[in-house]
Amino acid sequence: MLKQTESSKAVAESIALCRPEVICAYPISPQTHIVEALGEMVKSGDLTPCEFINVESEFAAMSVAIGASAAGARAYTATASQGLLFMVEAVYNASGLGLPIVMTVANRAIGAPINIWNDHSDSLSQRDSGWMQLFAETNQEAVDLHIQAFRLAEELSMPIMVCMDGFILTHAFERVDIPSQEQVDAYLPPFEPRQVLDPADPVSIGAMVGPEAFMEVKYLAHAKQMQAIERIPQLAAEFKQQFGRDSGGLIRTYRSEDADTIIIAMGSVLGTIKDTVDEMRDAGHKIGVLGIISYRPFPLEQVRAALIHCKRFLVLEKSLAVGMGGIVATDVRMAVTGTGLKGFTAIAGLGGRPIPKASLHQLFLQAEQEALPPVTFLDLDWDAVNKQLERERKTRRSGPIAENILHDKGIVSAKFG
Amino acid sequence: MFQIRVHGRGGQGVVTAAEMLSVAAFEEGRHAQAFPSFGSERTGAPVVAFCRIADREIRLREPIMQPDAIIIQDPTLLHQIDVFAGLKLDGYVLLNSRHSIEELGLGDLLKQRQPERFCTLPATELGLKHVGRPIPNVPLLAGFAALSGIIQLESVVKAINEKFSGKVAAGNIAAATEAYDLVKDMMKEHADA
Repeated sequence: MLKQTESSKAVAESIALCRPEVICAYPISPQTHIVEALGEMVKSGDLTPCEFINVESEFAAMSVAIGASAAGARAYTATASQGLLFMVEAVYNASGLGLPIVMTVANRAIGAPINIWNDHSDSLSQRDSGWMQLFAETNQEAVDLHIQAFRLAEELSMPIMVCMDGFILTHAFERVDIPSQEQVDAYLPPFEPRQVLDPADPVSIGAMVGPEAFMEVKYLAHAKQMQAIERIPQLAAEFKQQFGRDSGGLIRTYRSEDADTIIIAMGSVLGTIKDTVDEMRDAGHKIGVLGIISYRPFPLEQVRAALIHCKRFLVLEKSLAVGMGGIVATDVRMAVTGTGLKGFTAIAGLGGRPIPKASLHQLFLQAEQEALPPVTFLDLDWDAVNKQLERERKTRRSGPIAENILHDKGIVSAKFG
Repeated sequence: MFQIRVHGRGGQGVVTAAEMLSVAAFEEGRHAQAFPSFGSERTGAPVVAFCRIADREIRLREPIMQPDAIIIQDPTLLHQIDVFAGLKLDGYVLLNSRHSIEELGLGDLLKQRQPERFCTLPATELGLKHVGRPIPNVPLLAGFAALSGIIQLESVVKAINEKFSGKVAAGNIAAATEAYDLVKDMMKEHADA
């Protein structure tokens, strides 16, 4: 049913339609509204049978999800930012054990300095954790990806993070089409675990594995993600057949067929990028877009095929590999190895810094003229940076950087406007 | 695309106003996107929320920096932040106050603009009168419908019924209706003057 609603509520309804049997969560912005809504549904009896378990930390949330999944229950949780970091040890265990947990990550920056706003640092820090990561571009896609995620996770018996931009998507009120229970039931069969803790048929899940078998277990995790490269487009196609819309898949191109310059990004910023590209196309620029939906597994071949006919590309990412540059850009460059394509990286939107169309317009023109350094920081306040560097040159005890920058900018505390 | 920025303070229903505006637009079959300024909400702190209304899918995710309309729920913000930043020359302004735009010392703002698109409304008083609470958001939405014609009063009423029920809904509808009529009267006076 089409309705105007907050994305977090829509996602909660979508998860409920997937019939989770155990939901465990610890509240952290900007994920909170999702699990709050699910908690209400469990309490009211609208979502049944399902156990909602309040836990004392994110570490416990993932540990409960592991236990529930190992006991054969469809398990769901959600987190963000420091919450994800706090559960990391259990995150690796979930994938290492091959438990098909689905977790929403409402993408948010990582402190310090503490910051509740959106960027992709949190889930990207779990790049090598063995979890798949799918990035939603819109609220509709966030709703749809959760349905596809349970199906894919359970088929492969591997966990998935569905990543959606914190606040920008989670707190936006927009029109969303919520599927019917019948539609979801037809797409998502009941959970049939590959392994289950059953007193009648005892197994050990999580045994110690020495050098004689460890590499094989790890290789199989890799092999499953390679299988996911095949399955993700198939599941998206099947989804389109049953639900009537394009959602998910590995990548999505926009006006890129004859483009000389292609902009690559993940998540909700793709919307602003497409609007910018439309304006530039109207002015005669041959520019297009490549959206990456599946960050893990990373679709190397598909990215290469999408870029092979362009002259240059720009990866715009909401993440920073400190001391190196781009995180997504590294993977994209791997995909185009040997093509001689010219590539640029723009770090943008860290800690919720707005990414306005006007800034993108200027950036894309520079990319088109190949007038960018290898790594650019969009809308960075160089005056503030240089002032602090000067302070550090002059004074040994130059003080805390964050406080200095806030002071230089005349901000008493983080700006809310 | 029509872009609206709502300014107010935590506790005044600023975010709810933008959301209800988007629901009203949706009820008219339009695309709408409402979002808050993503802060930690604290009672009394300045809060901003945004709403875009369009006839096609809205993909833009930047904050609204050049609004077509500004709704100000608390006039004390005028001394604190630049609530009018980026307002388009043909933009609308609706301000919660018993005083006129001129009385508030905002006469300069009207220069080069269309004064008939500027209006004040005693929205807090209307909230108190009909709902028993000094929450100005719903009367301002109805006032905005009257001032701009971007949405219909009936759609605001639908959004009220979706958000509230029973006595609260009835009170809000009464407040909205009076606010709508007040603004229409003021516009008529302006046109006749």
